[in-house]
Amino acid sequence: MSLTRFLAVARKEVIQILRDSRSLIIVVIMPVILVLLFGYGVNLDLKGLPVYVYDRDGSQQSQDLLKRFQASEYFDVVRVVNDYSALARSLDDGHAKMGIVVPWDFSQRLRDGRPAEVQALVDGTDDNTANVLIGYAQAVVQGYSSDVQLDWLRSHGQIAQPASVSVETRTWYNENLESSAFIVPGVLALVMSVIGAFLTSLTISREWERGTMEQLISTPVTPAEIMLGKLVPYFVIGMFDVIVCALIAIYWFQVPFRGSFLTLLVSSAMFMVVVLSLGFFISVIAKNQLAASQIALLVTFLPAFLLSGFLYAIEQMPIVLQWVTRILPARYYVSVLKKIFLKGTPTPLLYPDLIPLAVFTVVLALLATRAFHKRLV
Amino acid sequence: MPEDNNSVVIENLVKRFGDFVAVDHINLEIRKSEVFGFLGPNGAGKSTTIRMLCGLLTPTSGRAQVAGYDVGREPESVRQNIGYMSQKFSLYNDLKVIENIRLFAGLYSVPSNKLEERIEWALEMANLKGQENLITGTLPGGWKQRLALGCAVLHKPPVIFLDEPTSGVDPISRRQFWDLIHHMAEDGVTVFVTTHYMEEAEYCNRLALIFRGQMVALGTPSELKQKSMKGELLLVECEPLGNAVELLQSAPDVIDAAVFGNALHLVVRDATAAVAQVKKYLSDHSITVGHIEKIRPSLEDVFVSLTTTSDSGKEVMA
Amino acid sequence: MTEPSQPAIVAEGLTKSFPGILAVDHLSFDVHAGEIFGLVGPDGAGKTTTLRMLAGIMPPNDGTASVAGFNVVHDPEGAKHHLSYMPQRFGLYEDLTVDENIRFYADLFGVRNTDREERSTQLLQAAGMKEFRNRLAGKLSGGMKQKLGLVCALIHRPKVILLDEPTTGVDPVSRRDFWRILYELSSEGVAILTSTAYLDEAERCHRVALLHQGKLLFCDTPASLKGKLRKGVLSITSSEPRGLRDQLSGAGGISSLVLTGDGLHVVVDDAARRIPEFEAQLNRAHVPFDTIQQVTPTIEDLFVDAVSSGRDSGTSSHA
Repeated sequence: MSLTRFLAVARKEVIQILRDSRSLIIVVIMPVILVLLFGYGVNLDLKGLPVYVYDRDGSQQSQDLLKRFQASEYFDVVRVVNDYSALARSLDDGHAKMGIVVPWDFSQRLRDGRPAEVQALVDGTDDNTANVLIGYAQAVVQGYSSDVQLDWLRSHGQIAQPASVSVETRTWYNENLESSAFIVPGVLALVMSVIGAFLTSLTISREWERGTMEQLISTPVTPAEIMLGKLVPYFVIGMFDVIVCALIAIYWFQVPFRGSFLTLLVSSAMFMVVVLSLGFFISVIAKNQLAASQIALLVTFLPAFLLSGFLYAIEQMPIVLQWVTRILPARYYVSVLKKIFLKGTPTPLLYPDLIPLAVFTVVLALLATRAFHKRLV
Repeated sequence: MPEDNNSVVIENLVKRFGDFVAVDHINLEIRKSEVFGFLGPNGAGKSTTIRMLCGLLTPTSGRAQVAGYDVGREPESVRQNIGYMSQKFSLYNDLKVIENIRLFAGLYSVPSNKLEERIEWALEMANLKGQENLITGTLPGGWKQRLALGCAVLHKPPVIFLDEPTSGVDPISRRQFWDLIHHMAEDGVTVFVTTHYMEEAEYCNRLALIFRGQMVALGTPSELKQKSMKGELLLVECEPLGNAVELLQSAPDVIDAAVFGNALHLVVRDATAAVAQVKKYLSDHSITVGHIEKIRPSLEDVFVSLTTTSDSGKEVMA
Repeated sequence: MTEPSQPAIVAEGLTKSFPGILAVDHLSFDVHAGEIFGLVGPDGAGKTTTLRMLAGIMPPNDGTASVAGFNVVHDPEGAKHHLSYMPQRFGLYEDLTVDENIRFYADLFGVRNTDREERSTQLLQAAGMKEFRNRLAGKLSGGMKQKLGLVCALIHRPKVILLDEPTTGVDPVSRRDFWRILYELSSEGVAILTSTAYLDEAERCHRVALLHQGKLLFCDTPASLKGKLRKGVLSITSSEPRGLRDQLSGAGGISSLVLTGDGLHVVVDDAARRIPEFEAQLNRAHVPFDTIQQVTPTIEDLFVDAVSSGRDSGTSSHA
């Protein structure tokens, strides 16, 4: 292996990257955009959901109940309407996620000691949100109900506190339950898939398409020199981007970082080699740049997005898909990322993720080196 | 000059792309039934000129008339009256022969009562009768050329434009192709050919040599060889060749000297006088002289002589 | 300087087939140091495939070849240090400058820095490109691109260079420059194998091999090949070429007749006999003509003659 030849190929790749504005945009701007996009744009938090209210009673009690909804951080009582059809419309056109109807005899029944009901109409289009809403609404009403009962008992001479159960919750790792903290670490995997696989997948097929490969393989340069020369620049760029994205996550989005920075670097480096090898392999087997880029997106970006645990929890997936994720390198990398950022997991406990990742690294690198031959058909 | 005798009239045609002048004041008149060649290297402005003549590009300035219609103001009428054949891009390789023919018949609005007759004619001409269902991409080069030509003239246009029609095709197919062209010309069609292949230009009745957007010569192939060449051409066989060419380049009365195969080509002012002079000059410098004779310049020699500055200056090509 | 006893390029029975096509059919020839050898034939004749096999980038199905003493079938990488290959399509990087391209290839061939600067200056000078060192290769004219390709091919002083249609579409002045460089190289002992579809370009080569559909038709110097044609070639000029053709197409002794723009190009069995016959015939028919001259046959005449009579000449392929 000749250092001169390797450096020559690497230098050429760097010059070409710097002179190609499209590549430059992808490696410099795209990672930042992706982090910001997912950090801000994807918000799984359910807070301040809009509620419309139709209070047919208008009493002190109904007002008390409605104030509790307003006080809850999950709800935002946006409007009070005066008829049923207005409420129905608000759900239809999406202005409200929930509508509450207080019946005309609400306070009357409470005074009489009879059970009273409040109607909650929920937009069930997004069943996750609907379920959560129903839970929250029930909690609010339940709280009000207990208080009503206690008042009644007190007013009827019962002073002692009846037995009750309450739950004391503490949230670990992601105290504010911010979905950005959940999502942003995974964006690093996405960024690397794009740079590592997508850009790299173009590199060999582009040379075949333009006709430069034919002349290149007539020189003494070896397949290893070509491969390393082409991939090392992308490796350096990729690692640089990982660090930039990590810094944005930590300092801009305030995602906690509790683990070992070294482990972050090492696991990122391994994943980088994985995606680079994949990209190179795709570049060798695809006939042209168009096919190469499509395959790369299909094989790296999409799985990283959908199946790596980056956005959608693996444990919630059907069993079959869970097994599929086991052969996705991104799954292990995303898992490591989340544990390092949020949990600060010590490195030895990460071995169940790091070892499969290492295996992928070696296997794919070997596959890529074997794939490229200096010959036409 | 009577207008109807001229099929194509080009007056001071200019095309600029930003600062770059692709076509620089071309003036030409081409007669009916003439086979006219536009000869020049790639990038000289041939394709740009043809595109203007076909009504595909608007001229920056100047005028051109094709088949009686102005290319700037009536491009649609121009296109209905011309056929265009480009070497690489005429036919759809994944269609069958007959499908290509029908496609072009449709594109050129060949009237339905003439359709069958024209299809027969095209197949006959391309020697593809009975092979209508072959996939076009599988045909050998020479047959594709003829088929492409057939498709370009289904509507019997009075003027046809051929862009590099026989590049890379084997000589026998090329000769057959040119036979066809000459037959069509005899039937009254005006044929306008562009090519970078100097030897193909010999098939044309008249030629214009184009270089960097300008017309540097105009005439029949023989006229160009006799009159446009700045000097006459000698073939010199001698040993050792390398030394001889260096010597002769600085010799008096030798305009240019170059190695050509196993001999030298010299451009001199007067060939008859030069033969004896050169012989003496070389022997004086201990070079064994074999055979010296005057030879006819090729069109390439003419072209080189016209596009380099004289007196051994060399134009630097950007 | 001792001449190597073995030719610089030796091809023996080279064969390559693709699905449905036998592209190269048992081709055998050799090229000596200092020789410019032309591989001539139309598209599809097998030229590019042959060059690719000799460059070691496409393995043959049968036969062997050696380049600069290395067997390219068994040791292609060894050969690559001593050869250069210029493919038909521009093989350099359009987004790199002239200098960057040269430096890249110098590195690939391990040319030392000290040699490199001197050599590249010398080559660029010869190609008339010294002022363009910092220009992007994609912004050069066609002729300049080909010359750049040649410069990069020569930076490591190869013993053999393989060129695939290097002057197609190039302007005649650049083509002349290109050939001037080739002639200088050949005088320095480099073996040059170049392919072309232009039969007239074959005349510039020292020896020529005509290929047709993967097979070798002839192989010899242009002069010998023309000498072997046992026919005469006549050129008749006239202001009415079609009239000439109509008149003479049935005449005796003609094996091929081509209408040119301003006359007729005729291949006859015996020039001395036929010239006066045609003159008489044309005069009787009052068909105007300027002259009837015997001219040297062109390579195209040879080619057409060989292919239409359906024979191989069977000449020896070794000089």
